[in-house]
Amino acid sequence: MTDFWIILTGTLVAATCGILGCFLVLRKMAMVGDAISHSVLPGIAIAFLISSSRDSMLMLFGAAVLGLITVFLIQLLQNSGLQSDASIGIVFTALFAIGVIIISRNAAHIDLDLDCVLFGEIAYVQWDTWVWNGYDMGPVAVWMLGGTLLIVLAAIGLFYKQFKLCAFDPALAAAVGIPVALFHYMLMGLVSLSTVASFESVGAILVVGMLIIPAATAYLLTDRLSMMIVYSVLIGAISATGGYYAAKWLDASIAGAMVTVAGILFVLAFILSPSHGLVARLGKRRRMNSAAA
Amino acid sequence: MKGYPLEVSHLTVAYQKKPVLRSVSFQIPEGKLIGVLGPNGAGKSTLLKAVLGLIPALDGEVRIYDRPYREQRKIIGYVPQRESVDWDFPTNALDVVMMGRYGHLGWFRRPGTKERQIAMECLAKVGMADFAGRQISQLSGGQQQRVFLARALAQNAQLYFMDEPFSGVDATTEKAIINLLHELKEQGKTVLVVHHDLSTVKEYFDHVLLLNGELVAAGPTEETFTPANLHSTYGGRIAMLADFATVPSGTV
Repeated sequence: MTDFWIILTGTLVAATCGILGCFLVLRKMAMVGDAISHSVLPGIAIAFLISSSRDSMLMLFGAAVLGLITVFLIQLLQNSGLQSDASIGIVFTALFAIGVIIISRNAAHIDLDLDCVLFGEIAYVQWDTWVWNGYDMGPVAVWMLGGTLLIVLAAIGLFYKQFKLCAFDPALAAAVGIPVALFHYMLMGLVSLSTVASFESVGAILVVGMLIIPAATAYLLTDRLSMMIVYSVLIGAISATGGYYAAKWLDASIAGAMVTVAGILFVLAFILSPSHGLVARLGKRRRMNSAAA
Repeated sequence: MKGYPLEVSHLTVAYQKKPVLRSVSFQIPEGKLIGVLGPNGAGKSTLLKAVLGLIPALDGEVRIYDRPYREQRKIIGYVPQRESVDWDFPTNALDVVMMGRYGHLGWFRRPGTKERQIAMECLAKVGMADFAGRQISQLSGGQQQRVFLARALAQNAQLYFMDEPFSGVDATTEKAIINLLHELKEQGKTVLVVHHDLSTVKEYFDHVLLLNGELVAAGPTEETFTPANLHSTYGGRIAMLADFATVPSGTV
């Protein structure tokens, strides 16, 4: 069962992040995903202090609020004339640092390990099970991630055309009456949710890999947004499964191996993709040259 | 419909306290092609965006057929500058044109057969039917512009705003755009076009708006596109201003 639960957890993380990652990549907001994944830390820590337990719902809520505050602050700094990369850098490091202080000040009486927050420990998810009416319902993380995935699927499924148009042409979206800001914050709220739901298993740093790498890989493989989302989820699932067995074989960090496999898949797509790959492009150039000569 | 297609009064817009448009007021007659002219930084695109509610106005009022913009979205079509979107986006020409129908679909309805059919007709009107399935990054600049026009047609509007549709396009596309503008005009629709090439103004537009931070002049091209007005719009920056304004429209 161990294998099953860990792979399932990893796949749920990959699927949730993979879907949202497509929109982040297309909106050129990959670094905002990075920022959110880090700045939710104080939200998690404060929720932890209030409840003095690992009450998942409260942590989800605290982190989602912090995620939205992050996006709002970044926007605020940008609108006042600061460069966008500097705004992102300032907001997320400052918030992350506050989280580090809260956790280290209270390290004595809270059971929240900074290493665990940063790198996650997917191998432990199977021990933290949800017991309902005396029945063992399986790991809490699986339920939480499953729930998040359902929310993400519902939101993207219902508002696919809005998310798509906001990503491609926000000016037209606004002109035809789509509330662009609402969908912007909805996307950011979903990213915050998935980050928190995932952070216990893969950690705040590696979750960025799951958000961006599968989506960026899928971008190289297709010319249709719907297919890009499907490929992104598949690539994430392959990374989770492959990463688990690679980690077992290497006796190394599971989450680390999962993101490494995703990285390897990206390099493969970068070189071999039939449309955007290095080989295809070189071949095209050679054919054009020989045609010209 | 009652009132002017577009009536702007005392519109003032600023970016970070720097005023871009100062108290601009004008009315647009129905069923005309209107050129919006002015030097770089004169606020031409800003005017369009403020009218469409894409950027906030500090002051002033915009009315479309005597009602506020919000209530009239479905009768407005918008063609943004071609450079404003990422043409590497994973989608094809037909899909982009279908986006023009999103405003009519409401919150939950998805584009279906009817939208696909409308989009195909619009692509055919701009001579792009053969490229419907083509990934948009594989289109030339002129073809991309025509896809944008087809998308605006799909919006089936009464009043169109086009932000520099002629910039950087080939002769075929320029001709296609002009034919389309005349077709729209014959259907009684009104089109506002941000334009750069002064040599074609007399040929293309019935009306002009001359803009330079504030409104310099507005009215029928014959009366308004004069050396004196151009001089106060562009200052001394264009030496051949007089030539543009005095060339009889028939010879261009």
